[in-house]
Amino acid sequence: MIALLGLVAGVVLGLATQMDVPPVLAPYLPIAVVAALDALAGAARALLDGLFDDRVFVVSFFSNVLVAATLVFIGDQLGVGSQLSTAVLVVLGIRIFSNAAAIRRKLFSA
Amino acid sequence: MSAEGPADSSAPPPTESPKTPPRRSGAQPVEHGSAAWRRLGRALSPKLSKAQITAGLLCMLLGFAAVAQVRQVGKADFSELPQDRLVELLGRLDVQADQLIEENRELERERDRLASDQTNEAAAIEAAQKRAEVQGILAGTLPAEGPGIELTVTDPSGKLTGALAYTLVDELRNAGAEAISLGSIRITGSSYFLDPEDGQGVVVDGILADSPYVWRAIGQPSTLETALRMPGGVLAEIKAQGGSWTLQARDRLEIEAIKILPPPEYAAAVE
Repeated sequence: MIALLGLVAGVVLGLATQMDVPPVLAPYLPIAVVAALDALAGAARALLDGLFDDRVFVVSFFSNVLVAATLVFIGDQLGVGSQLSTAVLVVLGIRIFSNAAAIRRKLFSA
Repeated sequence: MSAEGPADSSAPPPTESPKTPPRRSGAQPVEHGSAAWRRLGRALSPKLSKAQITAGLLCMLLGFAAVAQVRQVGKADFSELPQDRLVELLGRLDVQADQLIEENRELERERDRLASDQTNEAAAIEAAQKRAEVQGILAGTLPAEGPGIELTVTDPSGKLTGALAYTLVDELRNAGAEAISLGSIRITGSSYFLDPEDGQGVVVDGILADSPYVWRAIGQPSTLETALRMPGGVLAEIKAQGGSWTLQARDRLEIEAIKILPPPEYAAAVE
């Protein structure tokens, strides 16, 4: 409940502040958001498994974001930024899908 | 990603989906489902545990970042475009710039061509005007001015004939006269001289001219004068016929008389 409220609060805050993304962070933010979504999906799955641990959630959230951003950064430096971004997005997308599938199986047994 | 045993909430890799006990005992899926729902309900119940607050804060961060990113994408700024996309855009702009430069060059060439055409045309018009002037003077259709002589012949006895007038014109032409007039009649190549059937005077181009005859001729005055004063020449003849004359050389003489030429009825210019 608090998590959902936090999500809504974040969206409202983002709309209210109208903050611009700093140019330094601009290339990493989309990947970071997707990585955070992946962490969130994983957390939801762990919650339904009864294995949720807030410490792990925090660590995985930030490590996901950090690793994703680092990969994009390295890719940019190597000149394969867009390809590597795509690769990271594909992997994260697959993970989100599999987590969503696991959640679905647990909730609906299907 | 950090793999921290079974409690890894960021989800284990998909290939290693955890086999929880209810999952393994596929005989009781309903029980497993209800357990999951119970956990979900517990999680959704509003209670301030450390885990709830942590999750809430992280979700807030995620929501904030997501909204910021969505707004950034909506703005479509160049600053967040990846490098290779920028390179591609730059290349496309280069190609466009080349095309525009080439087009510019072509248009400039066209402009220069048109401008030179215009000057050529102006020069042609000027030349044509000059030619028309020359032709007009020679044909007698334009007033003329320049150095020349003025010859006034008085013939009280009326003995001067058309033939003599013709001789006078002939002498003037031979001496290089470019424009000749008798009184208000312009003398041209097609002029003719007749003796009137009765009375005195000379009929020039159908118009009767009478004494005193005022001849004007444009040409080199000294040459014209010499030609007329020649012993046994026209002036001597006039004197012999009982006429008298005065001859004046002028630095500047105007011949106002013009000849109206009817437009040719049959002849056309060869194109």
